[in-house]
This record gives sequence, C-alpha cells and structure tokens, in this order.
Amino acid sequence: MNKDFQKNTYDVIVIGGGATGAGTARDCAKRGLKVLLIERLDFTAGATGRNHGLLHSGARYAVTDHESATECIKENMTLRKIAAHCVEETGGLFVTLPDDDLDYQKTFIESCLSAGIEAKQLDPKDVIRMEPAVNPDIIGAVSVPDGAVDPFRLTTANVLDARLHGADVLTYTEVVELLQENGRITGVKVRSNINGEEMELHSRIVVNAGGIWSHGIARKAGITINMFPAKGALLIFGHRVNNMVINRCRKPADADILVPGDTISLIGTTSSRVPYDQVDNMEVTQEEVDILLNQGCQLVPSLSWTRILRAYAGVRPLIADDSDPSGRKISRGIVCLDHAARDGAEGFITISGGKLMTYRLMAETAADMVCRKLGVDAKCTTHIDPLPGSEPTNEIEKSGKKHIISMSTGQLAAQERHGSLSSNIKYGSEMDDSLVCECEQVSVGEIKYAMDALHVNNLVNLRRRTRMGMGTCQAGICASRAAAILGTKYGNDRALTDLRSFLQERWKGIRPVAWGRSLAESYFTSWIYKGVCGMKDYNVETGNKTNDKTANKEA
Amino acid sequence: MKYQQQNISANDFEECIKCTICTAYCPVMAVNPDYPGPKMAGPDGERYRLKSPEFYDKALKYCLNCKRCEISCPSNVKIGDIIQSARIKYDKSKPKLRDHILAETDVMGALASPFAPIVNPILKTKIAKLALDNVLGVDRHRNFPEYVSKRFAPWFKKQEAEQLKYPKHIAYFHGCYVNNQNPGMGKDLVKIMNAIGYGVLPLEKQKCCGVAKIANKLIDRAQHDARINLKSIRKAVDEGMPVLGTSSTCIFTMRDEYPHLLGLDNADVKNDILLATVFLARKVNSGEIKLVFRNDYHKKISYHTPCHMQKLGWATYSKELMKMIPGVEFVVLPSQCCGIAGTYGFKKENYKYSQEIGSEVFDNIRNANPDYVATDCETCKWQIEMSTGYTVKNPIEILAEALDFEETRKANNL
Repeated sequence: MNKDFQKNTYDVIVIGGGATGAGTARDCAKRGLKVLLIERLDFTAGATGRNHGLLHSGARYAVTDHESATECIKENMTLRKIAAHCVEETGGLFVTLPDDDLDYQKTFIESCLSAGIEAKQLDPKDVIRMEPAVNPDIIGAVSVPDGAVDPFRLTTANVLDARLHGADVLTYTEVVELLQENGRITGVKVRSNINGEEMELHSRIVVNAGGIWSHGIARKAGITINMFPAKGALLIFGHRVNNMVINRCRKPADADILVPGDTISLIGTTSSRVPYDQVDNMEVTQEEVDILLNQGCQLVPSLSWTRILRAYAGVRPLIADDSDPSGRKISRGIVCLDHAARDGAEGFITISGGKLMTYRLMAETAADMVCRKLGVDAKCTTHIDPLPGSEPTNEIEKSGKKHIISMSTGQLAAQERHGSLSSNIKYGSEMDDSLVCECEQVSVGEIKYAMDALHVNNLVNLRRRTRMGMGTCQAGICASRAAAILGTKYGNDRALTDLRSFLQERWKGIRPVAWGRSLAESYFTSWIYKGVCGMKDYNVETGNKTNDKTANKEA
Repeated sequence: MKYQQQNISANDFEECIKCTICTAYCPVMAVNPDYPGPKMAGPDGERYRLKSPEFYDKALKYCLNCKRCEISCPSNVKIGDIIQSARIKYDKSKPKLRDHILAETDVMGALASPFAPIVNPILKTKIAKLALDNVLGVDRHRNFPEYVSKRFAPWFKKQEAEQLKYPKHIAYFHGCYVNNQNPGMGKDLVKIMNAIGYGVLPLEKQKCCGVAKIANKLIDRAQHDARINLKSIRKAVDEGMPVLGTSSTCIFTMRDEYPHLLGLDNADVKNDILLATVFLARKVNSGEIKLVFRNDYHKKISYHTPCHMQKLGWATYSKELMKMIPGVEFVVLPSQCCGIAGTYGFKKENYKYSQEIGSEVFDNIRNANPDYVATDCETCKWQIEMSTGYTVKNPIEILAEALDFEETRKANNL
C-alpha cells in the first residue's frame, strides 16, 4: 500500500464511495481542502448503484413531503447542467389507472406547482401517442420534468473532479477503527480488502458518508445513529420498453415507477424493513418479483412479455429523526449530524438521509459544516461547475471519427457514457476498435481507458465504469475478453479468479428471474465457460482447482 | 403466474441468446471489416436503436440481405428482417440516381427494350462502362444484362386463347427478368406446363416484385407495386390458380418480404405463391404428373443454391427435378452466397466485397468444370457468368432442353 497516504494529514477524510461521499470529496477538494476519499469496496457499491437511476422531478414527494419535493426539483435542474453526460432528459408522466382515484390528480398537480415542479395535465389520448408503452386504459395523465440519471457515471465524475482538485482516493479500503485523541476523532485505521494490509490515516475532520453502513462506522466511536434499513427491489428489462419515465399517480407504493435507463428499463421498487446485520446479503425474493410484475404490468402491459435481465435490491439509508426520543420517526430529508454537538466527538460528521437526487446538496451541507469547523471561508461552486465529462466542448465531434462512414454504434455509445472524456478513448487500431462487450458496445479502447483512469481493480469495477456485462448476455460473451485485458495488468491468475466471481455475481441477479430465454442464455454461458473453457475444474465458491490433472489453465 | 409466459418482440430479437452463430455464417462479415455483422447489426443494435435512432449505424447498408443469418439462427430470430427494417426506418439518406436506375428494373426494361439493338452494344463499350462507373457509381466491371427488343409480356398475351383451352391453369408471374431479358425462359415454362396439361395465364397487371426497390429504400414505390401484385394474386387464387414464378428472389420477396418489410399481410395467399420447380417436383412426387426425358441429353450440371432459395428451403425441389434427367451428371455446389445480391454487387462501393464473397463459389465451379451451372436466380446467373465464364441456366431452361415433350404429353394422357 502506498505509504504516502500515511505521511499526509488530510483536512478531511470522507468515508464512503457512493454519490454522497464522492460529492462531498469533490466539494471539499474544490474548496481547497486536502481530501482523502475511502471506499471499502467499489464506488457505487451500495444504494447509489442499486436504485432506479431516476432523475426525480420531486413530483413523487410533492403531496407527502413538500421540502423533499422542493429540494428535488432544484437539484434536478442543477444536475441537467453540471452532469449533462449522466442525465437523459426523458420527461416523465404520472398516469392514473381506472383503479386509481382521479381526484388525487388534482391534489397532485397543486402540490407539484406549489413546490415549483412544472406539472401539466394531459389528455390521455395524447399521452398514448407520446409514450405508446403506457397502459392504454389510463384515465388521467400529468407530465413532469422527470428524467434518467446514471448513478455510476455521476459518482465516477465526482471522484474524477475530486482528484483533479487534489483529492486522494482509496477503494477496497475498509475503516476498521476511528482514531481518537482526547475525545476528538483524528483519523481512521483502515484495512485493504485486497491484501489485508492495515494503516492509520490522519485528518482534522472525518466525514461519515457510509450510507446504510454509517451506522456501523459511527458505532466504532461508540456513537449511535438509529438507521432503518429499508430494502427496495427492482427488475431490469432487456431493452427500452418506454422512453419517458412512467409513474403511477397515487400515493407512493410498490412498483409504481418505470424508468428508461440507458439501453434498458427498470421497474421498482418494493419496500421492506430488513435487520441491519443483513444489509450485506440482499437477495430478491420470489414474492418481490411477483409484486413488481403484478404492479408493473398494470402500468405498462408489455412488461408481461418483455424479457427480464435480472433483479437486484438496494438498502435505503433511512435515518431516525433526532427530534423524536423514541427513535421511531424516520427523517426523509437530509440529515447532517455534527457529532461534536450531538455526542461530544469533535471532528466527526455524519451525512445521511436524503436521496440520490439530492446527493450534491447533501455534499454541500457536509462541506459547509467541514469548512465551518476548519474555519475555512470558501464558497460552494458544485452547483455551477460542470463535472468532468459534462463540459460543453466541440472535442466530442473531433474524437474518434475513424469509422469509415460515420461513428459506429459503439463509438456513439462510449461518447454517451463518458461525455467529453470519451476523447481519451483510443480508436484506430484493429485491437482498440474491437468490441469486448457486444451487447453494450464497449471497445477494447474503452476498457483500457477505464483501467487506466477510472479506478479499476476487477471486472465488477469495469462493469460499473463502462456497462460491460450489463447487456442481455449478462457477460456471457465479454467476461472472458475483459478478463484477458485485466490479466495484462494484474496477472492471469488474479484475472481468472475474478472471472469466476464475476460470472457468479451475474448469475446471482439472474437467478430470481431465471426462466425463458434468460435461463437459456445462462445455460449457454455456463456451457461456454464450463465446457469450452474448462472452468468446471474450479470450485466456484473457493476459486480453487478441484482437479489439478485436468484443470485447463488456458481457460 | 399469468405474466411472463412468453416473450414477444419485433422480429423476435429478444430470443437471441448471443450464440454468435449468425456471425460465422455471414458472408459480408468475412470480407468487410466495416460491417458490424448480423448479431451486432441485428439484435444488439436494435437495443440501441430503441434507445435512440441516433445509434443507427450506416454500415448496415453493407448487409446484402441474403438471410443466411436467419437460416443459421437456432433461436429463430429474424436477423435479416431486423437489419432491413432498421435501414428502412432509420437510414435517412436519399437513394441516389444510380439506385433509382438499378432498382426500377421494370421502368428501365420498358425504356430500353424499344432501343435494345442500340442500347445493348453501347452498354458493352468501355466508354459507357467508364461513364456509368464515374458518373453514376455502377462498377465498370459489370456487364449489363442484355435487353430484348421483343418483350415477353406482349407475346404472352397473344397466347391467352390457346392457353385457355387447357383444363387446368396456373398464373405466371414472369417478373422483370423474363419480360425484359429472357423471354425464352417464359416460353420454356409455357411449353413445360402445357405438356403436363396446364394452361399458363399471365398474372394480371403484374408489377416488379420490388426486391430491388426494397434494397434501395424506395419503399413507397415497392409498397405500391406490392399492393397491386397482391390484389392480382388474390384474384388468381380465387379462380383456383396457383401463382408460379421462375425467379427465386421474386417469389421469396412476395412470400416473405411483403409481410416482414413492407407490412403487407399475405397470409391468405402465401402458400399459393410458388416457384415453378417446386410446383413441378411436388406434382411428380405425388404422381399427379409424369415427366419423360430425352435419351440423348448428356450434360454435366452443377447446381448453385441462391441465398433466397436456401432461405425458402426449396433448393431440394430444383435439385430433385434435374436429378430426374437420366443423362445428367449432377454436382451440388456447397451452398454459399455468390456475392451479387441483386443490385448490391453492381454498386461501385460493393464490387470488391461482392467478388470476394463469391470467390469460393467461383473456385468450386471451376473445379467442377460443368457444361452448365444451374441456379434459380438471375442475378446469381449474371454474377457467375461474369466471374467464371461458365454458362448458367435456370432449372426450367434445363428441363425444357431435356424433356421429351411428345412423350411427356402422352404420359399425361394429352
């Protein structure tokens, strides 16, 4: 492990590589602070990477939570500007089905307008033309400025900007201890989740942005934050079913949002309380799949015959409101805890609650508190300055016009994924232009760029940075190709072990929806890797060879 | 649970399990690195096009619509249809003058045939070829099929009274090729059908099948013609006549491309649209008719399977008929694309790939060294004749040469 990290005394150490942590690191770094961002696994490994990817207009909260709604629409407009390459301006609909109360629509529109959300009542007939996927039986519809946001890209862009402003970043580094001196938190003791090495890192402030895991992190300093882990399950469909976000115009309930995200559509979510000790073991149950399909098909009937790629679940980091002594009242808004005032632990802040949409505002709130504590007078600029990749530029035009007729689908796809940074992707040689992932059109050049510049240790990281393996074959074709490229950097043994766990990770998400063509495709993938590549000689759980004599290392 | 009992998607693109077999069977993929291949141009690309039409890759124009990807697909994905539909829907480029000239096979025939004695020699000159190449982008290596001065249709019309005397009838879709370039083959068919007791009547008001218009994105024109053809076909079928053709591509287009690419339902008459060889072979097999061949017909014949014949699954019928001829030494060539794909190979930008795709077919023919190559498609014929120098005939022409018409008539009690 790089010893330089230990020499530094950072102004601030941010724990947690989700959108909030990355955003806080970016904000602090831009205000001139010396920042270290620590993530125990990979960026977006928690709730950030396990949600709808919905660019909320706030309409969903308008009736029940005016404050959240107001925050959402403000951040919605901000993200369109600063994170253009992560956002798709699809527009959204709130539709009323025959079973729903049409009177709710009026309340809904009024609440939206009072929160500053442009809500417009539409004629259902027009809506069926605008978005043919929607249930043709709808009796009412309202348009709102919803959109789609890619949380992987958004978080990566925040990390990149933090680094551009001098921040250090450590992934696969887990906090095992909060260092304390005279009641003050002075840093963290961390352990590498790659090689187990430990080290102590020092800072003037520690920001706990660990999402649902904030609970455990605070506990290391004897501090209690009452968190309510709420599991939310979602289904991913194999291709775009809808091109506008479709919500159900009723009080928020299960499976009432269908979001078009990149090449796919997502229906979600369910909501169920889970014990804290289970937050690392989220599996989607059959009941959850049934709820999602039952409700989803009412919203968009074609979900009934569209192939499902996988199911996944995240844990919302809901937090108890300190104002309620019983600890049962859940705060839906942003919670920024100054543990000096609250628990007598100086130098320690927890930023939690909120939602993906308000990550930047959460980061700003935390950075404001950090600056106050450090006596730094620097203004927040994260709502004005575009993120790396979203700078307006003509460079995109100039990059990669190597294709003989025009840009290939793959080059256009890469441009969408990386925005202006796609100019860093090499094209022109047969190798670089070759595709690794054919479903999602990820080239060798793009994989190489991600490995060089985007904190990639393994195939899961590569998937999150590029969409490699996220398509219909769920890495059946590309996993081995990507592993081969990874092997050039980390050695073939590590790449092979990683390949096994990556395929297993893909299967975990397919299993709850393993029927029809998705199951056939999984079998096909398994035949390739076990039959053709000889991977049957490995124990999937341990990664060890089960029979040295026949094991085919060439796999 | 009542949901998710089946997947329904346009051209079954969701059925793809990414086995990539289609990529191995694609003739273009093997020679043109700019073509993304059937898997990526088809089901993979479709996902992106559903996201936004801006992801349409213009390289899809390199697809020669041979449908060999569809034949190879174990999941029954209509890969070729996905690609052609995407071209129709998303390629906004306008057809060039050259594309119009190549695609309007009927119009060109009508214009050229009165001047055939002048047009044919001119088209053969180096100067004309260079001009076509440089000005229009029609490759200079290509020979234009010769136009005839006396087209088939007028002659055919004159036969009507005679043909009506037969007890049974078929409606003949002669298409542009027989009409403008090879009336002899149409006359051959009439002779053969008459010998087995069928009168041959023209399919009324027939238009070009439209395959070249579809390939050149003249979709409105193709639909217009297709509607007229379907109307005539329905009328013929109502009168109890099957509709027969002698060009595999015309028949394939009217059966499969009308519903798949032009959105015109033909389910009610599809099974009545047949290639003449299929009709004949089935009748022979069922014992309804008998064919008697000359004893003095001795030829070595190699059969080339046109792509659309492969897709129709009908090559076996044409082959069976020729194998019935006692004096024929019959060699079946491996089923591969010859590279011409209708107007595709005439285009300057495709010429090189066209010839590379066909090179194995040409080698196999040279190795077999037959008297004739037999094939059911006229554009395969042009390609093979130009590239190998061997004479190519339609199975119907070969049957006409080999049949003993007198004896056949007797055998069929006429």
